[in-house]
Amino acid sequence: MARITLHRVAHSYRANPGEPSDFALHPMDQSWEDGGAYALLGPSGCGKTTLLNVISGLVTPTQGRIAFDGRDVTALPTRERNIAQVFQFPVVYDTMTVADNLAFPLRNRGIDAGTIRARVAEVAEMLDLTADLHRPAHRLDADAKQKISLGRGLVRSDVSAILLDEPLTVIDPHLKWLLRRKLKEIHERFRRTLIYVTHDQNEALTFAQQIVVMYEGEVLQVGTPRELFENPKHLFVGYFIGSPGMNFLPCRPEGDGVAVGDVRIGIGNGGVRRLPEGAQDLKLGIRPEFLELVDGPTPGAVPAAVRAVEDLGNFQIADVVLGTHALKVKLPEGFPVPGSRAHLRFPPDRIKLYLGNRLLA
Amino acid sequence: MDRPENNKAWLLVLPVVLIVAFSAIIPLMTVVNYSVQDIFGPGQRFFVGAEWFRETLTNERLHDALIRQVIFSLTILVIELPLGIAIALALPIRGWGVSVSLVILALPLLIPWNVVGTIWQIFARPDIGLAGRAINGLGIDYNYTADAFDAWVTVVVMDVWHWTPLVALLCYAGLRAIPDAFYQAAKIDGASAWAIFRYIQLPKMRGVLTIAVLLRFMDSFMIYTEPFVLTGGGPGNATTFLSQFLTTIAVGRFDVGPAAAFSIIYFLIILLFSWLFYTAITRIGEGGDR
Amino acid sequence: MRLGREVSGRDVGRNGSGMPDGPGRILAGGSPGRGRDGRSVSDREAGSAGPAGESGGPVSYRLDAVGKEAGGATHLFPMTFDLVPGGLNVLLGPTLAGKTSVLRLLAGLDRPTTGRILAGDRDVTNVPARRRNVAMVYQEFINYPSFTVYENIASPLRRAGMDRAGIDRKVREAAAALRIDRLLDRLPSQLSGGQQQRTAIARALVKEADLLLLDEPLVNLDYKLREELRVELRQIFERRRATVVYATTEPLEALLLGGHVVVLDCGRLLQVGPTIEVFRNPASVDVGRVFSDPPINLLTGVVADGEAVIGPDLRFPLRGHMAQLGPGSYRFGVRSSHLTLMKSSGGEAAFGAVVDLAEISGSETFIHVTYAGAQIVAQQEGVHTLRLGQPVTLYVDPSRLFVFEAEGAGRLLAAPDGRRSVVLER
Repeated sequence: MARITLHRVAHSYRANPGEPSDFALHPMDQSWEDGGAYALLGPSGCGKTTLLNVISGLVTPTQGRIAFDGRDVTALPTRERNIAQVFQFPVVYDTMTVADNLAFPLRNRGIDAGTIRARVAEVAEMLDLTADLHRPAHRLDADAKQKISLGRGLVRSDVSAILLDEPLTVIDPHLKWLLRRKLKEIHERFRRTLIYVTHDQNEALTFAQQIVVMYEGEVLQVGTPRELFENPKHLFVGYFIGSPGMNFLPCRPEGDGVAVGDVRIGIGNGGVRRLPEGAQDLKLGIRPEFLELVDGPTPGAVPAAVRAVEDLGNFQIADVVLGTHALKVKLPEGFPVPGSRAHLRFPPDRIKLYLGNRLLA
Repeated sequence: MDRPENNKAWLLVLPVVLIVAFSAIIPLMTVVNYSVQDIFGPGQRFFVGAEWFRETLTNERLHDALIRQVIFSLTILVIELPLGIAIALALPIRGWGVSVSLVILALPLLIPWNVVGTIWQIFARPDIGLAGRAINGLGIDYNYTADAFDAWVTVVVMDVWHWTPLVALLCYAGLRAIPDAFYQAAKIDGASAWAIFRYIQLPKMRGVLTIAVLLRFMDSFMIYTEPFVLTGGGPGNATTFLSQFLTTIAVGRFDVGPAAAFSIIYFLIILLFSWLFYTAITRIGEGGDR
Repeated sequence: MRLGREVSGRDVGRNGSGMPDGPGRILAGGSPGRGRDGRSVSDREAGSAGPAGESGGPVSYRLDAVGKEAGGATHLFPMTFDLVPGGLNVLLGPTLAGKTSVLRLLAGLDRPTTGRILAGDRDVTNVPARRRNVAMVYQEFINYPSFTVYENIASPLRRAGMDRAGIDRKVREAAAALRIDRLLDRLPSQLSGGQQQRTAIARALVKEADLLLLDEPLVNLDYKLREELRVELRQIFERRRATVVYATTEPLEALLLGGHVVVLDCGRLLQVGPTIEVFRNPASVDVGRVFSDPPINLLTGVVADGEAVIGPDLRFPLRGHMAQLGPGSYRFGVRSSHLTLMKSSGGEAAFGAVVDLAEISGSETFIHVTYAGAQIVAQQEGVHTLRLGQPVTLYVDPSRLFVFEAEGAGRLLAAPDGRRSVVLER
């Protein structure tokens, strides 16, 4: 178990990186607490797998240092870092039984047979693999194979961190719930540092205590699921987190509020918001969940047209047009959607303003 | 993946079936026909039943040739397989080295078989050959034309030189097909290089190794051209393998009947061994991937 | 050849050259006098309103007692259902449900062991894939690696012998619809996964096939990309007259796509109907399980004296849709979003449980508990911080409960609001 710190870590797959665009990973400082559950979230090619490989030691960063509990491990190879990893596609040793698979990391480290037996039994119990212990590993289903991969990490008592690289990709939706639940239980019980790489916001948000949102080799924001949801610091975080993502409307300062086209929207004066004079490229952001759709004129609400409503069972998504801008509004199941007299209310405390790509503090 | 089910496919197979019929089945039947007759000349033939088979099976010289053949095939398998795997493991994985080494490796395979024999015939000559002179220069008395053991060693080395690249190329293809995640997982699990080989590389290479063993066995069991050019089966009969022995009977002495019986027995032996190898290998790897 | 044309009757339409070919002619795609772009909604409706098989209308496909066995294993148990002509048909089911088997049968890549496949009133069971006018998109991004995006999209048209100008127009149109018109000169290896799949879909679209089959086309894409493409695809499908069959394992994807759904599980047909109707009225426990994410919560309870009792705490009087239940044992289903931590209307029944786990997803919290031996997930709006092992009281509005048989197939006996969709006998 270890606290993981990255100090000015950057990586380029090119031999002599010069331009910033040569870097798959831009210089970053991160500190991850011992026993925490972290997610690296971002689209394909954002550098999250590179970062994971830097931590596991499969990639040596071009610049910077990485430390486990203050000990510099930048130059250490994978096998001396005491990390475990679960891959996107299940990796099991085909010719071995489930029990031998689980025992493999311990045997390689010369642990005595009695201890191995006890550890394997304990981990198998935890992962519901006891009944399969003596079956050949290659006969099992994808979800059981992923559990074996995870188990090979759990059997070791010396593991600093368990890294999971999109481990649920090949798992059916209803099994994903079970496996994720198992993963959380294991985290609660063993308190290992878990780092989970995914492009799936649902997996990241439900799994992790802290989420590291990455885009084009940069860390845009680190925060709890709630912080990322309620207070995205970057346009991309607003768009990427949430389903559908945050609504963004180009706007300009007007009076004590902003104007979207010729519609004025109050942004409240509870929090002091000082808008830069003549700010260019100003955007108003609001989550579909926080927009309120009301029937008929209401103080503080602006008229809008409902273009379409999708019934998605547990909730509905309304397509609303405000002036020339399209917005999504998330409504509860069975909510009566107003027709032609629809008005939109922007709760002032839910409005975020962005200058360029960044949130205005 | 998308193999449509279509009975018309059989129609497409028909030409091949016909070709195989003319090229293999009909000649084979002819051989069967010869094997039960004594033929003196055109129009002069007598039915002799299993006579030739009995004679062939009790022929001492054939026994010797068969034993020699089995020893030879097993020897080259024992050398070429580990060597091929070792070469495949040692080959570079990326960069310009890959194509260079693959081309170099493939060179022996591109040379016509009789040329291979000729190359080694000259190369190993104790009087003018580079290798032959060098070995003698080291103080080792070496002459493959006179000494049976030297002749054996030369034939084996030649075969290893000629065919190990095939095994290596097959293994290399098998190794490249292993996803990187397996190696990463093994590193993380603290596996030694040996453990990686034993539990990842070897099981994942099972398919190509099966092919390599079968190809090399069948091929070496039928070896003819190279030893014929190199040693002519000598000294004495030291390097006379089955196919050469067969040629001596059929072409040299024109004993068509015994030669036909011999051919059939020969064919059955190869079939039997191949089947044994195939079953053995697929059994061993019960736990392999599918 | 003549036979083939009679059986499939589609070559003419695809070439866009000939005259209507009698009742066998199905696709209006390339016939002169009909604009391919800007097809209006009324045009579409007019087309689909006409009897199937008539010139111009989308053909109706039917699987008639179709079963499939291969290598001693049953892939599909005999099933009968119709595809909605010109509409979107979602095949929903977990891995090995038989979705791909159905698609392959529709494509003509396989032949069923039993039963017939009908296109309109003609039996096309034995018509091979080449002669059916179908297009297919796979999970893997399948493109010709040495062709540019343009050539990839153009390939089915070239094979059909279309003229150069026609190809160019159709390729650009399809590329624009899928927003890859700037990438036409690139090779597939120079594209991202999403762009590669867009290319494959564009290639399937230009064929103007009357049956467009998609086998989990978005499963290998990023979550966010999936979200965007789903919406785009739905809009593209709406503008086409092709009958679309879309296989997926994800309930939410089925709901987002809408249309009609065919629910499969382990090679069995479970239910067919309009997607939202099936979601609201799952015909059996299995449908509820397959068509629910998070999985529907199932609890076994006993009904006696006009009251239901589930486990130690949960009891409520039978009213509304459950009023007709006789005494006995039942399985009660409740979706996660209908289990709450707060009492609201007053009609709810309550039960106590201990928190196994709480997952926070920004806007909502998933609370995992165990009650009466069943693992239960409650989905709660907002962020709720709960400790492991913390006791909680969960509320459920009995009017939101599904009631299934306790035994056998677990058929639906009562659904909230009393709405029922078409329920198929097995």
